Amino acid sequence: MTALTQSIAVASESGVPRTAPSKTSDRLFQGAAYGSALLVLLVLAGILGSIVYGAWPAFSEFGFGFLTSSAWNIGTEQFGALPAVIGTVAAAMLALVIGVPVSLGIAIYLTQLCPGWARKPVAMTIELLASVPSIIYGMWGLFVFAPLFARFVQVPVSNLVEGIPIVGTILYARIPSGVGVLTAGIILAIMIVPFVASITRDMLDQIPTVLRESAYGIGCTTWEVVRHVLVPQASVSIIGAIMLGLGRALGETMAVTFVIGNANRLSASIFDPGSTIASRIANEFNEADGLQLSSLMALGCLLFIITFIVLIIARLLVRRAKVA
Amino acid sequence: MDASTPFATADHSPRASRVRSGRRIADRILILASTLATLLGIVVLGSILLMLIVEGVKGFTPTLLTAPTPGPGSEGGGIANAILGSLVMTFIGIVIATPVGLMAGTFLAEYGRTSKIADIIRFLNDVLLSAPSILIGLFVYTLMVRPMGTYSGWAGAVALAIIATPVIVRTTEDMLRLVPGQMREAGAALGAPRSLVIRAITWRAASAGIVTGIILALARIAGETAPLLFTALNNNSWFNANLLGGVPNLPVMIYQFALSPYPNWQSLAWAGALLITVTILALSVVARLVIKDQRAR
Repeated sequence: MTALTQSIAVASESGVPRTAPSKTSDRLFQGAAYGSALLVLLVLAGILGSIVYGAWPAFSEFGFGFLTSSAWNIGTEQFGALPAVIGTVAAAMLALVIGVPVSLGIAIYLTQLCPGWARKPVAMTIELLASVPSIIYGMWGLFVFAPLFARFVQVPVSNLVEGIPIVGTILYARIPSGVGVLTAGIILAIMIVPFVASITRDMLDQIPTVLRESAYGIGCTTWEVVRHVLVPQASVSIIGAIMLGLGRALGETMAVTFVIGNANRLSASIFDPGSTIASRIANEFNEADGLQLSSLMALGCLLFIITFIVLIIARLLVRRAKVA
Repeated sequence: MDASTPFATADHSPRASRVRSGRRIADRILILASTLATLLGIVVLGSILLMLIVEGVKGFTPTLLTAPTPGPGSEGGGIANAILGSLVMTFIGIVIATPVGLMAGTFLAEYGRTSKIADIIRFLNDVLLSAPSILIGLFVYTLMVRPMGTYSGWAGAVALAIIATPVIVRTTEDMLRLVPGQMREAGAALGAPRSLVIRAITWRAASAGIVTGIILALARIAGETAPLLFTALNNNSWFNANLLGGVPNLPVMIYQFALSPYPNWQSLAWAGALLITVTILALSVVARLVIKDQRAR
């Protein structure tokens, strides 16, 4: 406030008659603001344009077959997207199946059950999980989680289901090393939990207390309040939050690269190593050139399309979710 | 739970409990499951921090902060070049992102509020906010690395700036919207042009929140690895202030060293991981505290 009064005071004290106050600088300022805002638009368009440009040789060489081929042969220059696309979708789906119930549980705990004094520290702890860099999740997954997972889950489960049709295929680890599609899904689940949980919590907090109180007033249990009052009220935003988590899981790179095993073939078992679009790009990009580089760009293009559709739907459902 | 379910647990008569046992069980399961979910989150964060401290402290050698990264298989050395490179790129990234983010956020909050174009930009900014960082890496690779013919520190800084900008746009807009309209009207009534009102009144009133946005953006880009893989890459030499070549940086160093077969490299990776995580967690705690303060006002 002082700066304004000063600058106005200075202008009048100096005796210079104040002309219509600096129209040009006003215009310049507004123009700069407008221009910066348009830059956001430009960057998004640039991302799409540059990736399509880089991917073009691969698309024109392989055509639609790029999507359905599972070849990835650098020697013969044959490339296909199928294993990476399936790996991406499988890991993200596993992340949702594991992560969403946990996120909802945390949101319900924070809004309904947590004693008042613990609410802030607990919420802070969960939100801090969102700030941990993804490469740290990768290291934790590979060096701490994977060995435990191999020993206490993969080996016993593999022994149990061996030979059983279908289940024996999906849950059998040929080499129980701890890394694989399911491990990636679990690490991704941990990474999306803080986002989904904190958005869901915000949405639940916005529901008027009167609704809750009246439900308790007619003798509802916490479960019934959650099931019949809170969830129906917030369902659209919760679905949006889940989609936002899905967008993150689809594009996550470093953590997945550490724990998915980076195999270029398809396997029916979720214990076996696989790869995602992002992990393959991270692994091969620096050594690639020519058609391989272009194929990696084409994978990036597919990732762009998939994640942006998901993110746009998510953002339509949750208009003003937190930055986190 | 007692405080929040005062009525549900009030009736303990045998008849009532028989009638309600199904509901009671469902209720107990919900309470147990959501408490366990929260505990799980806390345990995971604790486990990550424990791992970093146990492994990271081992890597703290006297030369960690003074010597550059050693060659493959050799002993000693430190991560000073990676820290310096990270600091420089992060700093340039923030210097590029701050004016753009600040002005774009100002446009959304002050000029564009309800216009169609502002709605579109607000929406796209939110989408960009959660866009996979690897795609931003590919974009900057095509934009800068390929035409220049070399991985470069500038490309790394631009990639980080693109990730930081939407965070700053978002927080700036949110914080400016919290400034009451009367303050702007008071400024306008004194005859100040709109740009002066914004700079001298609105920005000043929201300054703590805007700074928080910049801190959040810093925390966000400090640990980014994927976009740097294709832009700055890494090298083991001393960082010589030449941003036109590959620049050593912490995240890519951690990635390469952690997965290397050399024990010395691995322990340096852990020390770097501890350093970077503690820094980022500290930054986010500070940012969150300031933002809460601002919202409360």
